[in-house]
Amino acid sequence: MTETLTIGKALNLGLRRAMEDDAKVVLMGEDIGRLGGVFRITDGLQKDFGEDRVVDTPLAEAGILGTAVGLAMRGYRPVCEIQFDGFVFPAVNQIVTQVAKLHARSKGRLPMPIVVRIPFGGGIGAVEHHSESPEGYFVHTAGLKVVAISSPADAYWGIQQAVAHPDPIIFLEPKRRYWDKGEVDLDGAPAPLFASRVVRGGDDVTVLAYGPMVKTALQAAEAAAEEGRSLEVVDLRTLSPLDLEPVYASVRRTGRCVVVHEAPLTLGLGAEIAARVTETCFHSLEAPVLRVGGYDTPYPPSKLEEDYLPDLDRVLDAVDRALGF
Amino acid sequence: MTALSHTTEVVDPVPGAGAPHLPDQPDLVQLLTPEGERVEHPDYALDVTAEELRGLYRDLVLVRRWDSEATALQRQGELGLWASLLGQEAAQVGAGRALAADDMAFPTYREHGVAWTRGVDPLHVLSLFRGVDQGGWDPVTTGFNLYTVVIGAQTLHATGYAMGMQRDGAESATLAFLGDGATSQGEVNEALIWASTFAAPVVFFCQNNQYAISAPIERQSRVPLFQRAAGFGFPGVRVDGNDVLAVLAVTRAALAAARDGQGPTFIEAFTYRMGAHTTSDDPTRYRLASELEEWKLRDPIARVKAHLSRSGIADADFFAGVEADADALAERIRSGTRELAPPAPTEIFDHVYAEMPPELARQRAEFVEYHSRFEGAGQ
Repeated sequence: MTETLTIGKALNLGLRRAMEDDAKVVLMGEDIGRLGGVFRITDGLQKDFGEDRVVDTPLAEAGILGTAVGLAMRGYRPVCEIQFDGFVFPAVNQIVTQVAKLHARSKGRLPMPIVVRIPFGGGIGAVEHHSESPEGYFVHTAGLKVVAISSPADAYWGIQQAVAHPDPIIFLEPKRRYWDKGEVDLDGAPAPLFASRVVRGGDDVTVLAYGPMVKTALQAAEAAAEEGRSLEVVDLRTLSPLDLEPVYASVRRTGRCVVVHEAPLTLGLGAEIAARVTETCFHSLEAPVLRVGGYDTPYPPSKLEEDYLPDLDRVLDAVDRALGF
Repeated sequence: MTALSHTTEVVDPVPGAGAPHLPDQPDLVQLLTPEGERVEHPDYALDVTAEELRGLYRDLVLVRRWDSEATALQRQGELGLWASLLGQEAAQVGAGRALAADDMAFPTYREHGVAWTRGVDPLHVLSLFRGVDQGGWDPVTTGFNLYTVVIGAQTLHATGYAMGMQRDGAESATLAFLGDGATSQGEVNEALIWASTFAAPVVFFCQNNQYAISAPIERQSRVPLFQRAAGFGFPGVRVDGNDVLAVLAVTRAALAAARDGQGPTFIEAFTYRMGAHTTSDDPTRYRLASELEEWKLRDPIARVKAHLSRSGIADADFFAGVEADADALAERIRSGTRELAPPAPTEIFDHVYAEMPPELARQRAEFVEYHSRFEGAGQ
């Protein structure tokens, strides 16, 4: 059965199905119960599954993650909601020193099937600490896997796959796209979780994006097409592990590559991708791999966020530069 | 001495705080005095058989011997580091022996005595300090979690695990170990809040050994640590941490209450770290020899020995037997430690994930290929 859903509703349905499939799944977070979360992603779940399965926690992020570690050791599958990206930092100690390491330290005896859901990225006119892109910290930490969804179909299937996966997953949800709609086949076979995907075919430049920037990249491709330029857009979907084989195949054809993300440029994911594409596709490249990202500044006041965030014009400018070599 | 008398002694700048004197601790639960005299406490009756008493003594002696051998092995270069438990044997053995088989202990990095009571092979603990693995014992079958170096992180794990026990309807509890320094950590406070809010079956066992490396207890708290529990809405108890019987009784009672659905307890075991923080530390820089001498009078093993002798529960043959057991353990530790070899180098890749990502598999293959080039070299 196919339905048209927003990303937010698709996540809600996906979480519901994950909880139905496995009684060990426990949702934990601030305000996720009666309120349904500040973005209403868990709307109605506490009513149907009870306070033990959808736990309104005290207001302490390290506590959410630290108790999730204990629950995971006991055989549960905690799904932790961090209310906003900028609030994950108090929990980073638990994520980096414990969640990421315990499987290795225990030689696999302590499973850590924990999902950390984080609404991430800017563009919603919020105050400080509500618009950040912390993915780099997690991608840099061995032991974690990092996924960023961009569509309702990936939201629905991705969250279920993440919950069922044996390793800890940082699950990034593009908050400004929560209300974007798309078709979801509720019964079909889902795409693999750790695979990137070409979402628009093209011949001139390969554009890589993930999360909220996929839509921006597609808009840029649309605009470029009107000028007779054909952009191939790849949705990375998985940030750790990176799945760059489809990207290499694309770049070998186009010879040009632009990476787009909201996170600050320096040591952002674009840097890693540029290095790998260069190492792997050096003889196919007609231009250096270019990056479009946020600036190396704190996320600005919301009246300036349009200046900070990559938009389709900045993507098209990078495409022009790539084609100019 | 009067306040006006001239003295070269260091004067305590904070009235009532400073050097951790045991007298004037009215809240201290004690069942065995430093002189080895058995006393009663109105709230903590303890029935122990002669056999159990002898067993506790044996535990204390063997754990101390393990510790002293490990310190020596570190000095000989066989261990990278050792965190000595000297002086804290009673706190650890008493707490460990209070656990039931299905309970789960969450240690810091100094709970060798608890590991002993859980049947963890000392060589598995030593392999961590030798650097051949990250803790080689099975936390699930032993009921003794891996050591935790990041201060206080395990108190949240213990609380979450206890919440899991609660959900499972298990009549079990967790015992979370922490030190006095850890009580300053935000995560420990979060654990206390969680435990209280969810009435989780967890007991927080704080070994107040008076120092967080060099920082004395008054740098962590202006109130006795056990009193903090009241602010979180559950009982706090201060027990003589050098009294194995009192520790056993208090911990047993707290675990029973937790298993019974009465929620958490905070136990402050008032004790003293006789040795250095670790073998890298120099305690002469931050504490007085006189303080150490004072605590030696409260040695956790001597008082049990005195009690056993005086009450006729043990004779010279028994003590000689325990010494022989300690000698055998020491020999096993010495030879066993030297034989602890590092695992295959490829192990660094093998347990990072339950499902290894392709990039890590590629790095592993590259590692193997690179090292294969040197095989046979130098022969």
